Amino acid sequence: MQVSELRAQFPILSRTVYGKKLVYLDNAATAQRPLSVVDLQRESALEANANLHRAVHSLAGEATEIFEDTRRAVQAFLHASAPEEIVFTAGATAAINLVAFSFGEAFVKEADEVLVTVAEHHSNLLPWQMLCARKKAVLKVLDICENGGLDIESLQKSLSQRTKIVAISHISNVLGLVNPVREIVRICHEKRIPVLVDGAQGVVHAPVDVQEMDCDFYVFSGHKVYAATGTGVLYGKRKWLELMPPYMGGGEMIESVSLSGFKPAPLPAKFEAGTQNINGIPTLKPALELALQMRDDKEIQAEQKAIFDYVYDRLMQDDRIVLYGTDRANKVPLFSFAVKGAHHEDLALILDKMGVALRSGQMCAEPLMDRLGVTGLLRASFAPYNTLEEAKFFIESLDKAIGMLV
Amino acid sequence: MTLEERKQQVIEDFSLYDEWLDKYAYLIDLGKNLAPFPEEKKTEDNLIKGCQSRVWLDAEEKDGCLFFQADSDAVITRGIISLLVSVYSGCSRDEIAADDFGFLEEIGLRENLSPTRANGLVSMVERIKEYGR
Repeated sequence: MQVSELRAQFPILSRTVYGKKLVYLDNAATAQRPLSVVDLQRESALEANANLHRAVHSLAGEATEIFEDTRRAVQAFLHASAPEEIVFTAGATAAINLVAFSFGEAFVKEADEVLVTVAEHHSNLLPWQMLCARKKAVLKVLDICENGGLDIESLQKSLSQRTKIVAISHISNVLGLVNPVREIVRICHEKRIPVLVDGAQGVVHAPVDVQEMDCDFYVFSGHKVYAATGTGVLYGKRKWLELMPPYMGGGEMIESVSLSGFKPAPLPAKFEAGTQNINGIPTLKPALELALQMRDDKEIQAEQKAIFDYVYDRLMQDDRIVLYGTDRANKVPLFSFAVKGAHHEDLALILDKMGVALRSGQMCAEPLMDRLGVTGLLRASFAPYNTLEEAKFFIESLDKAIGMLV
Repeated sequence: MTLEERKQQVIEDFSLYDEWLDKYAYLIDLGKNLAPFPEEKKTEDNLIKGCQSRVWLDAEEKDGCLFFQADSDAVITRGIISLLVSVYSGCSRDEIAADDFGFLEEIGLRENLSPTRANGLVSMVERIKEYGR
């Protein structure tokens, strides 16, 4: 498929800002949505809107069928062993909060330890801080190396008999490096410690096979892989999900209720309290299909490779620029950098006026900013619908913006 | 110059530029030329909350008039705060209390800032207004 054909599926990409062509490079914050996703969400609201699993009427039956069909599609996408291991959530943040609460209730006690890394998004840090505060447990932190990669050498030392869970991102939203999750899981499992993988960026850029990865939990948000906002997925190994108590009560998460208590429903309903995102969740299916199609497409991958090489080389060769996360072999087209003598916010503001949408600031990773010794960074994150021409325009515009400021 | 004349001056200066990039170049220029701000005044009290970049503002009162001093670690923000400093320095507390800060809309600054930056501008204006209370 030509990139132009792909772009035609994303009408927003042809709009302008301040009379300039939009160059959208904030894909790591949220990806744009294709017509298939927008149409399905509309169609779902107009044609198949009913609450799930409860009524006997035909609309409810259809809505339930679509919802459960989506679950099987997600199961196939992650290569999970059963649909019961797929829990729908509002996003990756909601999924991690669910695990931190429910797993924490069942398995974490005073003086136990939870291990995260210094490069985590706040969504994979705060739920664990909250758990540790609630249980008087200890949060341990794994550091990064000079090139931004995780300090795997120190992982062994960071684990103890008190470590109850390790939570780690598949790909950092700042550094853009693919972490060796398979290796991390192997090391943790030797000590019988379960691992949660935050796949918010991972599902976008790397193939995911949760059985091969052998992780215990894997979470992601729909909106970063072209699906509707307010959709998310928690994959959990059945053995853990069975042992964890429900996170929220109410709705279809029960088998029976009396005034003295309740019996939770079997998986996955046990973790799906309240009315679900009936019109949003089904969009995961066409979104993930498109994600796979783009990943397997030779022309699109060639363009992505060309973009990566071009931007990586230009940023690395420019001595006014400091790129963070330089481990080329493990890097995806997500570039966070600082410009010497120029504030990230000034640069983002000027680039915006040129039509280039970038992220600036702390990118929901304040501890990582402290670790890198910066107050914030500028980030350009590419999607398969971006073109080499856009990458070149970004680099030219960046050069002009630096010229105005320094 | 009176407050009104100082505002008109800013509106005129801004109207020289059609393109927003040129207006930014002008703000950058103002930012670079802002009078130095003493390091010892970069206190928590003088720091304005709600800005993505850090902004400090301080004022001294002489013969019933306020004179502002400000700084930021981002140069466009320095340019914006320098505009506010040049317009509102020399005002009495009553003048500031009576002002509607509408000239910012007239130069199109507010709607041309990103939401986070616009919030920052609101925070800067709020801090100046506090001196009128």
